[in-house]
Amino acid sequence: MSELKLMKGNEALAEAAIRVGADAYFGYPITPQSEVIEYLMAQRPEERTGMVVLQAESEIAAINMVYGAASSGKRVMTSSSSPGISLKLEGISYLAGAELPAVIVNVVRAGPGLGTIQPAQGDYFQSVKGGGHGDYKLYVLAPASVQEMSDFVEDAFAIAYKYRAPVLILSDGLIGQMMEKVILKDQQKRMTDEELIKKYDDWATTGKTDRERNIVTSLDLQPDKMETRVNKLIKKYAQMEREDLRFETLNCEDAEYLFVAYGSSARIAQKAMELGREKGIKVGLLRPITLFPFPKKQLFDLADQVEGILSVELSAGQMVEDVRLAVEHKVPVEHFGRTGGIIHTPEEIIEALEEKIIKNGSVRHHKTRESSIL
Amino acid sequence: MTEEIIIAGFGGQGVLSMGKILAYSGIMQDQEVSWMPSYGPEMRGGTANVTVILSDARISSPYLKVFDSAIILNQQSMDKFEESVKPGGILLYDPNGISHHPTRTDISIYQIEGNKLASEMGNKKIFNMVILGGFLKIKPIVKLDNVLEGLKKSLPERYHHLLPINEEAITKGMNKVFLIKIENGVFV
Repeated sequence: MSELKLMKGNEALAEAAIRVGADAYFGYPITPQSEVIEYLMAQRPEERTGMVVLQAESEIAAINMVYGAASSGKRVMTSSSSPGISLKLEGISYLAGAELPAVIVNVVRAGPGLGTIQPAQGDYFQSVKGGGHGDYKLYVLAPASVQEMSDFVEDAFAIAYKYRAPVLILSDGLIGQMMEKVILKDQQKRMTDEELIKKYDDWATTGKTDRERNIVTSLDLQPDKMETRVNKLIKKYAQMEREDLRFETLNCEDAEYLFVAYGSSARIAQKAMELGREKGIKVGLLRPITLFPFPKKQLFDLADQVEGILSVELSAGQMVEDVRLAVEHKVPVEHFGRTGGIIHTPEEIIEALEEKIIKNGSVRHHKTRESSIL
Repeated sequence: MTEEIIIAGFGGQGVLSMGKILAYSGIMQDQEVSWMPSYGPEMRGGTANVTVILSDARISSPYLKVFDSAIILNQQSMDKFEESVKPGGILLYDPNGISHHPTRTDISIYQIEGNKLASEMGNKKIFNMVILGGFLKIKPIVKLDNVLEGLKKSLPERYHHLLPINEEAITKGMNKVFLIKIENGVFV
């Protein structure tokens, strides 16, 4: 039976990990995501489902425990906040290189460095442009509500196992700390070892019996073999772009201007859109739900309709680069966002749209799909 | 209907839990709710505030600049949030520890002596329920039954014996809240 609760984003995510039948969680506390491990510990998941929850000695230890558990086919998750995710990057690159499924959660706080514990979205580059070393990408889901903090855990595991790749849930302090109504899904059973062997025996280290041994590694010293490996990864990422792109549009049908925003900023921009509409400004919102894959084609097409685009994020301007790439300079694209843990208000966003886009009038450069690189 | 509320005061006054009870009450009557706390430095030995939104429709931003109602419980919060009430909105405050009273004339200002009333009732911890009662008298956005149900949900079971005194505090607050008048920028 599904259950209605009032929960913090971090708690909803932790509860979802238990209900989805995850086998393990390894983490290390850091504000503003400490409720994840706190909630998991308090729930005694080892009694509820047999799930292992362990506080490691560091973020680095936690991500390597994830590598170990994922190698044996187990459903495993870790979470942290910005500085902690930076520590995990080596391990994340190894997970991608070794083609291991795992779910990593970043409840972003303001940086760089230790920064502050307040919400921010300054880890966009780190999330979608590699972060760690080498030619890899993460499938990145950006929840904008407590409900999505819960739902995306299941979605993230599904993608991780579909592609045998690490998946990132990119949240932030606002979504993690706020409480909203959430409908929790039914408890799913954890996979038994027999089921797991049957399903993942072709790659996981499930205990060798009568088969060839499975080797999980990201190391290949022969360049031609290593290139084949990389090409296989690139193929997966192309398939993700074809099959698993997610986004949402609001009021785009008649929009003359467009906000592009994800996560907490999408919620605030939605209010700004309502305020704008009350003032007679026809503005719509495109919310990327996945940051990789990115809704490039949708933005390219919308650029034919709107006069200008404002990319809104709690950063100094990161996603705006991808928006510009996608629209290929057909219309002006500007950035607005506060940093340092300050959250922009809906009023500031609509003001920025007026100042940075509307005031300058339209400067349209015509481009067709045929003449574009897409 | 959408009601956007800021509750602000000191950590320990029950600001966050008052917000949580309001949010629970909203859920009890099938509304969408959001509860966005200030967290971090200000919480660790200073002011605490929470934005609570109850709505019949999907809630957009959980973080706001202006509010329909402000419940203000210390001077710092008065200095910060008096200006954040929408014209025509409501400001409810406890005069305890307030040296600069609100002066706006385009909003309705209500007072409730929450600290005093809670002390008289012999339990300072029910302060926030007295305040909540006062607020619900002015803005009956949630039914009392739903508040009591919400209270039950947000209080751990070991505290359920305290439900009657909480209910009493809410009723007290409802009876003791009053509108104040401001003339020529002076509180009369």
